[in-house]
Amino acid sequence: MYKQLAEIFKQYEGEKGAVITVLQKVQEKLGYLSKEAISGVAKFFRMSESEIFGIASFYAQFRFTPRGKHAVKVCLGTACYVRGGEEIMKTAEKNLGIDRGGTTEDYKFSLERVACFGCCALAPVMLVDKNVHTKMNLSKVREVIKRYQGEK
Amino acid sequence: MKNNKMSDKKYVVRVCLGTGCVSGGSLNVYEALKRDVESSGLKDITIDFTGCHGFCQRGPIVDIDPGSIFYSEVKEADVTDIVQLHLQEGKFIDRLFYRDPSTGEAIPSSQDIPFYSNQQRIILRNCGHINPENIDDYLAVGGYKALRKVLLKMSPEQVIAEVKNSGLRGRGGAGFVTGLKWEFCRRETGNEKYIICNADEGDPGAFMDRSILEADPHSVLEGMIIGAYSIGANQGYIYCRAEYPLALERLRIALRQMDEHGFLGDNILGSGFNFYIKIKEGAGAFVCGEETALIASIEGRRGMPRSRPPFPAQSGLWGKPTNINNVKTLASIPIIISRGSDWYSGIGTEKSKGTIVFALTGKVANAGLVEVPMGIKLEDLIHGIGGGILGGKKFKAVQTGGPSGGCLPASMLDSPVDYESLTAAGSIMGSGGMIVMDEDTCVVDMTRYFLSFTQAESCGKCVPCRVGTRQMLNILQRITKGKGKSGDIEQLERLAKTVKFGSLCGLGQTAPNPVLTTIRYFRNEYEDHINNKRCPALMCKELISFYILPEKCRGCTICFKNCPVGAISGSKKLIHIIDHEKCIKCGTCLEVCPKRFSAVVKVSGEKIKVPEKPIPVKK
Repeated sequence: MYKQLAEIFKQYEGEKGAVITVLQKVQEKLGYLSKEAISGVAKFFRMSESEIFGIASFYAQFRFTPRGKHAVKVCLGTACYVRGGEEIMKTAEKNLGIDRGGTTEDYKFSLERVACFGCCALAPVMLVDKNVHTKMNLSKVREVIKRYQGEK
Repeated sequence: MKNNKMSDKKYVVRVCLGTGCVSGGSLNVYEALKRDVESSGLKDITIDFTGCHGFCQRGPIVDIDPGSIFYSEVKEADVTDIVQLHLQEGKFIDRLFYRDPSTGEAIPSSQDIPFYSNQQRIILRNCGHINPENIDDYLAVGGYKALRKVLLKMSPEQVIAEVKNSGLRGRGGAGFVTGLKWEFCRRETGNEKYIICNADEGDPGAFMDRSILEADPHSVLEGMIIGAYSIGANQGYIYCRAEYPLALERLRIALRQMDEHGFLGDNILGSGFNFYIKIKEGAGAFVCGEETALIASIEGRRGMPRSRPPFPAQSGLWGKPTNINNVKTLASIPIIISRGSDWYSGIGTEKSKGTIVFALTGKVANAGLVEVPMGIKLEDLIHGIGGGILGGKKFKAVQTGGPSGGCLPASMLDSPVDYESLTAAGSIMGSGGMIVMDEDTCVVDMTRYFLSFTQAESCGKCVPCRVGTRQMLNILQRITKGKGKSGDIEQLERLAKTVKFGSLCGLGQTAPNPVLTTIRYFRNEYEDHINNKRCPALMCKELISFYILPEKCRGCTICFKNCPVGAISGSKKLIHIIDHEKCIKCGTCLEVCPKRFSAVVKVSGEKIKVPEKPIPVKK
C-alpha cells in the first residue's frame, strides 16, 4: 500500500500541516480510506495510526468503507429541507433499498446526505455522481434512480 | 458596470456558468451558442460566460448587450431563436423575458427587474458582468488599480486608517471592525505573519462566498494582498470547502494569472513587497468556520477551537500573528480603496456601514443572491426584492444567520437589517444566509432540524455544547413526535442558556438561538404540539393524518394504484378509504389525486368521518 501511495507522498515531503491534504489525495485515488491506507499515511508522517484516524474521522469528507459505483447524494441543507428534502431522501432510501450512509450489496449505489451544495435557489437538490438534479419531487427521484438502475 | 468589450463588438452575449445555472444546463446553452454563431458566419459577436448573476431561481440566464437584455430559463432549444432572431435580425424573444409574477408583464432589461433594481451591488459589483477566468476582464473594470495605489503610494498604516474609516465590519458573522483587526495584527512584532481568507462556507442554505469566488475571484484576491501588505504578511492561505469544485478551479486559474501579471510573488509591481497564496481545501467540518478551529485544520489537525486569548492576531497559524477575513470582507476592500472610505461609510446605518450580501432562499418567490445596504427593512428584502412568498402563501418566519441564527416572525418584518438590530431580536447577522418560511413550515420541526445540524457538528470539546445540544435535540424530537410533556419548554430554555454561556466558540454560543427565538415568538406552536398533539403547519408526520373525503372521491383508483404500502382500499366508482394503521404518511395520495377532485386532505389534531369500507360514490 505504501508503495502505491508513494507517488502522493513524494509531493508533500517536508510540507508543514499536509496531513489533511494527503488524506484527501489518498481518498481521491482509492475511493475511500482503507485500514492499510491509514497505516501508510501514518508511516509517512511518522505519526500513530490512531492519530491519523482521529484526524480523518473528525471530518465529514473521509470515508472508511468502499462506496458504490454511483454516489447518490441528497441535500439536506436548510433551503432544501424547507422545500421537502427529507421526503426526497426517504424516497431515495426506499427506491435504492438502503438507508442514508449505506451502499447496495452489488456496490452499484451509495446514498449520502450532504449539507448544501449552494444550489439553494433550485431546491430541493439531488446529485448522482457529478450530475445535479434540481427542483426535485418524489416522482422525479424515482425516475432518476430507475434510469441508473436500468443501465448495465 | 460593463466592461469595454462593448465598444468594438456589436453584441456581447454572456451565459451564466455559475453552479446554479450549470445544473440547469447552461453549459449546453453556451456551447450551442458558440457553435451556432460560428456556423452562421455572423461577425462582431462575442459569446462569453460569467459567474453567478444571483437570480438562480430563473436560471439558466443569458444576458445580451447592448441593453442588458435578460433572458431567463434558457434551454438549449432556445439557442436557434437567440441567434436567428436576436443576433441576426435584432428582434427580442418575448417568451424568454422575465415576467413580473403579479402583473405578468414582460421585463426585457435586467436593469428594470425589481430583483436587481432594488439592490445595491458593491461586493457583487462584477458578478455576472465579467468572465471570471479572464484577468483582462477584471483589469478592464479597474481591477488591481487599488493594489497599485496601495503598494506604490500608501503606507500600511494609511491603508489601515482608510479601512478603519470606512467602518467596514467582518462579513463572516461576528461583525468585528476590519481595520481594527488589521491594526492588532500589524502591531505584533516578528517578520512571519499570515493572512487567511475564510471561504469555509459551512452554513447550509448559504452560497454567497461560493458565488463570489466563482464569479469574481480577483476581487477577493486583490483584497487579500492589500490586507497582507497592511499587516505585513508574506504568506496567505485560502481555506475553501472541497464541496465547491468550481470555486476552487477558478481560484487556481486566477492565481496563475496573477502570477503571470506580477501581482503575486517577489517584488510585486516593483514595490519590494513579496506575497504568496496557497489554497487549502476544507474537509467538511462546520466548526472550522471558527478562527482557531480553522487554523488547527490548516495545520493538519482536528479542527477544534481553543480558548482565546491569545487571539490569532497574537498567536495564530503555527504560533505566528495571523489575520483571518471572510470572502465578502476581502471583496469589499479594493472598492473601498478606489472610491474612498468616505463614500463607503456613507452607505448603511450609523454602526453598520456598507452593504450586505444575502443568499435569499426557502419559500420565497425570487430566490437568489442579493446585495442590499445595511439597514434595509426585512420587509423590503423579502417582499420587495424577493417578490414575496412562493405560491402566494402566507409568510411565517425568516431565519437569518444560518443554523445558529434566529427565526423572526412577521411582526419583526419592519425591523432594519444590521448587526445590532438582529442581535436585539435574538438572531444574528451571520455570514448571510436568509431562509424564508411560509405557513406550511413548522417552526418546531425547523428548530429540531437546526439542532440536529449543530448537534452533529459540535466538535465535542465543551461539555455544555456536546451534551446540551443532544439533550435539546432529544426534547425537540419528542415534541415533534407528539410525545412532548409540560415542562419541556422551560427545560429547553434552561438548557439553551447553559449551552450559550458554557461554550468556548461561536458554534455553542449561538446553537441555542433557534430554540430561544422560536420559543419567544412562536410559543403557541410549541404548546399546540405538546398539549393538543397538533402541528398547525401539518408538517410533523407523527401528528398528521391523511383522509379521503367521501363526498369528493370519485373512485378513480389513482391513489389506490400509487399508494406504496397498499394502505388504500377501494376500486372503480367506490369511495376509497385509507387504513391509518398501514399509512406511512408519505403524501403520495395527496400528490396524485387529480386537481379536479381534490379529495385527499391532510389534517392534524382532528378526525374526519369516513365510511367503514368502500361504498359506491354518490352520483
